[in-house]
Amino acid sequence: MRTTLKVTLAAVALAGTLGSAQAGEKLKVGFIYVGPIGDHGWSYQHDQGRLAIEKALGEKVTTSYLEKVPEGADAERALERLARSGHKLIFATSFGYMDSVIKVAKRYPDVKFEHATGYKRAKNVSTYSARFYEGRYIIGKIAGKISKKGMAGYIASFPIPEVVRGINSFMLGAQSVNPDFKIKIVWVNSWYDPGKEADAAKVLIAQGADILTQHTDSAAPMQVAEEKGIKAFGQASDMIKFGPHAQLTAVIDNWAPYYIQRTKDVLAGTWKSKDTWGGLAAGMVKMAPYTNMPEEVKKMAQETEEAIRSGKLHPFTGPIYDQDGKLRVKEGAVMSDKELLGMNWYVRGITDKLPK
Amino acid sequence: MNGLEAFLLTVIAAATPLLLAAIGELVVERSGVLNLGVEGMMATGAIVAFAVALGTGSPLLGALAGAVAGAVVALPFVFLTQLLAANQVASGLALALFGLGLSGLIGEGFVGQPGVRLARLDIPGLSDLPLIGPVLFGHDVLVYLSFFMTAAVAWFLFRTRAGLVLRAVGMNHHAAHALGHPVRLVRTLAILFGGLMAGLAGAYLSVSYTPQWVEDMTAGRGWIALALVVFATWRPLRVLAGAYLFGAVWILGLHAQAAGYGLPPQFLSALPYLATIVALVLISRNRILTLMNTPAMIGQPFMPDR
Amino acid sequence: MMSMITLERRPAPSRLWSLGAPLLALALAVALSGVLFAALGHPPLRALYVYFVEPLTSWWSLEELAVKATPLLLIGAGLALAYRANVWNIGAEGQLIMGAIAGSAVPILWPDWNNPLAMAAMLALGALGGAAWAAIPAFLKNRFNTNEILTSLMLVYVAGLFLDWLVRGPWRDPMGFNFPKSVAFEGWHVLPTLSGRVHLGFVLALLAIFGLWLMLSHMRFGFAVRVQGVSPRAARFSGFSASAITMRVMLISGALAGLAGIGEVAGTIGHLQPAISPGYGFAAIIVAVLGRLSPWGVLAAAFLLALTYLGGESAQLALNMPAKVSQALQGMLLFLILGADVLVNYRITWRSGRDEKREEAE
Repeated sequence: MRTTLKVTLAAVALAGTLGSAQAGEKLKVGFIYVGPIGDHGWSYQHDQGRLAIEKALGEKVTTSYLEKVPEGADAERALERLARSGHKLIFATSFGYMDSVIKVAKRYPDVKFEHATGYKRAKNVSTYSARFYEGRYIIGKIAGKISKKGMAGYIASFPIPEVVRGINSFMLGAQSVNPDFKIKIVWVNSWYDPGKEADAAKVLIAQGADILTQHTDSAAPMQVAEEKGIKAFGQASDMIKFGPHAQLTAVIDNWAPYYIQRTKDVLAGTWKSKDTWGGLAAGMVKMAPYTNMPEEVKKMAQETEEAIRSGKLHPFTGPIYDQDGKLRVKEGAVMSDKELLGMNWYVRGITDKLPK
Repeated sequence: MNGLEAFLLTVIAAATPLLLAAIGELVVERSGVLNLGVEGMMATGAIVAFAVALGTGSPLLGALAGAVAGAVVALPFVFLTQLLAANQVASGLALALFGLGLSGLIGEGFVGQPGVRLARLDIPGLSDLPLIGPVLFGHDVLVYLSFFMTAAVAWFLFRTRAGLVLRAVGMNHHAAHALGHPVRLVRTLAILFGGLMAGLAGAYLSVSYTPQWVEDMTAGRGWIALALVVFATWRPLRVLAGAYLFGAVWILGLHAQAAGYGLPPQFLSALPYLATIVALVLISRNRILTLMNTPAMIGQPFMPDR
Repeated sequence: MMSMITLERRPAPSRLWSLGAPLLALALAVALSGVLFAALGHPPLRALYVYFVEPLTSWWSLEELAVKATPLLLIGAGLALAYRANVWNIGAEGQLIMGAIAGSAVPILWPDWNNPLAMAAMLALGALGGAAWAAIPAFLKNRFNTNEILTSLMLVYVAGLFLDWLVRGPWRDPMGFNFPKSVAFEGWHVLPTLSGRVHLGFVLALLAIFGLWLMLSHMRFGFAVRVQGVSPRAARFSGFSASAITMRVMLISGALAGLAGIGEVAGTIGHLQPAISPGYGFAAIIVAVLGRLSPWGVLAAAFLLALTYLGGESAQLALNMPAKVSQALQGMLLFLILGADVLVNYRITWRSGRDEKREEAE
């Protein structure tokens, strides 16, 4: 413990010197996170992106962050604080910051704002998100091949379009190799509660799932899979350390390329407001190494990944029926981004009801 | 593994941390003290247990260290409420804040590391029996400890002289003081015991339930433990029943979802709280029962006046 | 060890210490945090300046202090009244949420009714929603003798989940891509601001403090509350039954919490969403107690607590100090103030263990 404390102290001291190192003309880049960076999930991955900026552009840039910023009245103050203290590029990394970003951006026209997962833009506000559903299609296909019972357990957080889209994409992937594939979904109503996630994992296994996937942040379900000797997919970060025999792959949030690019844009004076929704091709979604699976499944996964990356394959290509049998996407057509963004129905084959 | 067995095993895992923390808080409240800082002590216990388990390779040592840490972090609360007669509600809330912050600080270097899991105590032969085997045997030591401590606390409170003194202190500290009982010493020991148990509950989270450390991983379990104590009207065996009821309702809710009934998850999550209110009302309607079991001095500071 | 320190009750609360105690605590807290900062590798003086002084040095920051203090003042005033009567409402967070929901019904269900009257209705509904939620534990306590600490706390979770369900379901913005968020409030559905983000709620908060003072020192009901707090049995001679007092203080504290809720939603956030309060209802408990359940004390404590939030933020930015440091610091500061407060009513004396034993045996 003592060494860790020392390491912690050293890290804090180092951060202190970085922060106070005089940086007259350096560009100041600010971040606000909704969770603690110690969540090892959503906020942690964004902070990894921040560190990547420092590593790549440390000569010209300093970064700072505010963590645990609640999505209420405090967000606006936090953003304004960053803008007032000379940050010229500010990343707001949670959906709930949306209106605060728009308000503060109006008051600071010379500051560039970047809002993750939102849909409101302005001249100095860009939005960005990642097409995690691309990764989920791949893991769906893997699940379709690997699951002996043909049934996956899905630990979900909240029924928002992002999560529903992920479930559908996973299911479409699985059905492409096993048309009778089944899926059981449990909503834990939290992004982040290791205990609850572990409970949900155990319940799903008890109900017959022999493969687990999750849209929550902690590695607890992976640990349960490892313990019970079944397979699982990691989420947000590579969780192989938590499931050396269980993890097949993981859908990794990788914000670094986008963050570095946008910082470079500001440095070069070429920053423009836009909406970025990048996936595997942009490097914003990464797949952890394919492990614990037969060679031919691995090959299939890699080929699928490559097909999506090159644009040959779009997971939401018709015909797609919803669970009531209504045709939602015509044969050969691809679902529009707008429809994808607001998705609130399940594809055919999912027997659960979507909580509304 | 059949469904019932899996269900019971999951309930045991969900109930154990609640039971551990609640049994500790029960003793605290029986002595007339309300410590709302359970969440903070639990978080501190969790990270210290995780760190020590990882450092020494012994989760058992980790759990011990977590228990001690829970008691140590309760010391400011003891000092404030027992020596200085400060307000217990506010001091407890301050303890919750302090413990959560401290745990995050200690845990900074441990995020993203898999921990060491507490071994299961398999008894060859017995653990292999159908249903009762896995349900009764093959748990880790903290599960058994939670049962043992429940029985021990019940025995202590109602079968020993020291337990009688503790309850007397909680019922009427003036009378207890007049009889020569050291009110503040009794309460200090009770609070420290509560800290030990909350620390153990935290340790259970980080070395058994989900062997990892993430900030705020207690996720409100300390508050549920507090609710449980009152739900159980300060009776150890009812705390045990309550913890398992809470666990069972929660796990059943998950099962109902996985079975695809399409209930709003918020409703399921609200059930344990509504159930507690209903139980509370049912119990408190019986005035005699309540009077017999309620520590009347709860939350009131004691200061030997002269 | 324990018998080394004993406290002697002062014949009357010390005037000197009622001002001196918080100052002493603050001095101690500053010294201790200085040590902590130094241990973490920050220059202690600069860290202290950033944490405690910098937030007070700009107009913007003072505005933000008022914004942050607004819900704490409103709720703290109500809780101080309830606690005076020995009614332990610790569910203000839930009452805040229900107030926010009730008040938001206007812009969400009747968006076209957009005039000053609609705003008044929002505030009234906000207060009503909070009061109604607080009435449940009060009713259960009066009718069944159910402990209000627990029921009010349980109802916090229920209220939070209800709000969650609403904004993810029926009250979701139909144009909002199914994200959990209501329509944006506009026009008269947003509280007018005075300066920066300081909104009408701040005025209401100051009025609440004033009203608390008026009630406690000049009104018969306030007298009854104080009597009930000291001696429940004597209260009935003040003309109010114990259950009437319980119900009223719960309704008042609930209404104020509800106002705080609609103030947050209509004053600063501008729409309804799953998370509207970072625990103001709980922080206000600390405010009420730190403020010794007195109006002016609550006023001071609310601003002090608001200052620690803002200070923690500026320390994160200026010194890269993680949020958990300020969280731990906040806890420590509260410990110290609560501890020092004892000096108001007690005199600390030192004596050997033998003396006490003898006296306790007497």
